[in-house]
Amino acid sequence: MKSVDEINEKIRNGSVSVVTAIEMKEIVEELGPEKAAKEVDVVTTGTFGAMCSSGVFFNFGHSDPPIKMQRVWLNDVEAYTGVAAVDAYLGVTQLSETLGMEYGGGHVIEDLLRGKEVELRAIAYGTDCYPRKEIVTEISLDDVNQATMINPRNAYQRYRAATNSSERILRTYMGTLLPNFGNVTYAGVGELSPLNNDPEYRTIGIGTRIFLGGAVGYVIGEGTQHSPPFGTLMVRGNLKEMNAEYMRAATFPGYGTTMFVGIGIPIPILDAEMAKATGVRDEEIETVIIDFGVPRRDRPVLRNVTYAELRSGSVEINGEDVRVSPLSSYRMSGKIAAELKKMIESGKFFLSMPAERIPAKETFRSMKQRDIKVVKSVMTSPAITVSPGITIADASRLLIENGINHLPVVDSAGRLVGIVTSWDIARAVAMKRAETVGDIMTRKVITAFPDDPIEIAARKMDVNNISALPVVNSRGEVIGIVSSEDLSKLLAR
Amino acid sequence: MMVELIYDSSAVKKPVLVSVALEEGVLMNIIEAEVGAREGRIVVEIDDELADRVVTKFESHGVRVRKLIGTIEKGEACLDCGACISVCPVNVFRKDESERVIAETEKCVRCRICIEVCPVNALSLQE
Repeated sequence: MKSVDEINEKIRNGSVSVVTAIEMKEIVEELGPEKAAKEVDVVTTGTFGAMCSSGVFFNFGHSDPPIKMQRVWLNDVEAYTGVAAVDAYLGVTQLSETLGMEYGGGHVIEDLLRGKEVELRAIAYGTDCYPRKEIVTEISLDDVNQATMINPRNAYQRYRAATNSSERILRTYMGTLLPNFGNVTYAGVGELSPLNNDPEYRTIGIGTRIFLGGAVGYVIGEGTQHSPPFGTLMVRGNLKEMNAEYMRAATFPGYGTTMFVGIGIPIPILDAEMAKATGVRDEEIETVIIDFGVPRRDRPVLRNVTYAELRSGSVEINGEDVRVSPLSSYRMSGKIAAELKKMIESGKFFLSMPAERIPAKETFRSMKQRDIKVVKSVMTSPAITVSPGITIADASRLLIENGINHLPVVDSAGRLVGIVTSWDIARAVAMKRAETVGDIMTRKVITAFPDDPIEIAARKMDVNNISALPVVNSRGEVIGIVSSEDLSKLLAR
Repeated sequence: MMVELIYDSSAVKKPVLVSVALEEGVLMNIIEAEVGAREGRIVVEIDDELADRVVTKFESHGVRVRKLIGTIEKGEACLDCGACISVCPVNVFRKDESERVIAETEKCVRCRICIEVCPVNALSLQE
């Protein structure tokens, strides 16, 4: 048994034994946990990945005359001002109002770290105490009073890997997912990641001193959505002391901006139990691969997978080898662990035990919603359908008589085989080449299911640039039709 | 080697690509194709040793030819995350023992998908 005070004394007198989590795996394997605990005092861990739940509290100081900022933008990226007059919180995923996904809160933070000036623009309603109504100025990191990074959810212990069963490319916060299970992406660095090396959260808790973005920071609690073994941390640090090398703005195409945040956590090896915990291997760290092709909260789990399999670069899905991309940087994570080791060895970084522990059990609940509106509650049912053999003239008559623009085409069993629109009919008449609906119908039809939420039907129409979806049941029979007009009444913005 | 074939309005009507392939008995992999109002361009991959011969042949058919020497290039900004690895159709990217992303650029077919996927804009295509 060793205490953190004893370890800190060893740091002070230069006799501390520090190894990185990568080195510790070998040591535990070779010596066993008992002996390893005697040999090693501290294991340093590291992670460097996109952490969307990150941001900075600024205090800009007061202007003359003073302003109570109602809204404020830094390089056209809006920060939250619902606090005191010149305090604001800039989140890394907030997008620039002029540059969109190319530039966001993360980019502002990186620019500030690189010593650049950013434009501050604010508006206000004006009060007796804060008469000013607008201000535009340039500020650098040196000019603000505080730039305190507070990240509500960082350092995910493990994360669900992603793939895509659908027929189109998906742009997600898990990167670009190719169609038909074309690839798998995963986040986190498994056995090198802080929380995996202290899975009972004995030494990582409120008040634990950590490496954050190149500076000393602290754990201030469990992160939002903390749900072991998918544990998360809330952390704070001083942006002014950080280094842009460990804080990198990023864009995931089609999703938005974020920030790669570098976090390193030292684990004191208090006893053999801690040594055993830090000996954890990727083979023992499990997660799941989920299908982003299903745009619902509860995405289907395709299979369990270990970080060792993910790290190998290829995993099997439905009997096929699928290539894997990591989204976190193992090189940078290793560098952070090594850097933290150096800081401790040179007496620049001391360990702290948590003032309070974070929960080792917690569940992450879903949003309480009024109700989920589904397609069957808004669709027109039954839909007017035709068989492929009817003539263009008959089809056009049906469209006009019913005041509709879409005709699903069904076989004798009522199963969907195609669709024609009023535009298809008009074109067929103009070209004078086709006789029947079967000659001109679109055979690859985008459809909706009766229990699809209406938001999903709306997104399908948006993405495919169409204005109606036949609603089919599991047998492929047409049971209705839903149009963009049906939805726009409900999805008014 | 990648070569860009630039067809003007007269050459664009003739089946030049297939003619050259048949006449020279050479395999060509079509990488990109664009047809414009007055001009068309096709990028094909040809075996390095046959390239000079095939290029001369294309030129004799009235097609302008530009050898594309540039391939994908990895810049300083790279974080070595590996987001590019699984999207590349020809496995240009892999990690080495030190967890750095290595680009075997000679395999590159100039599809550009990695460029848009890179979260820190570290990849570019040299012309």
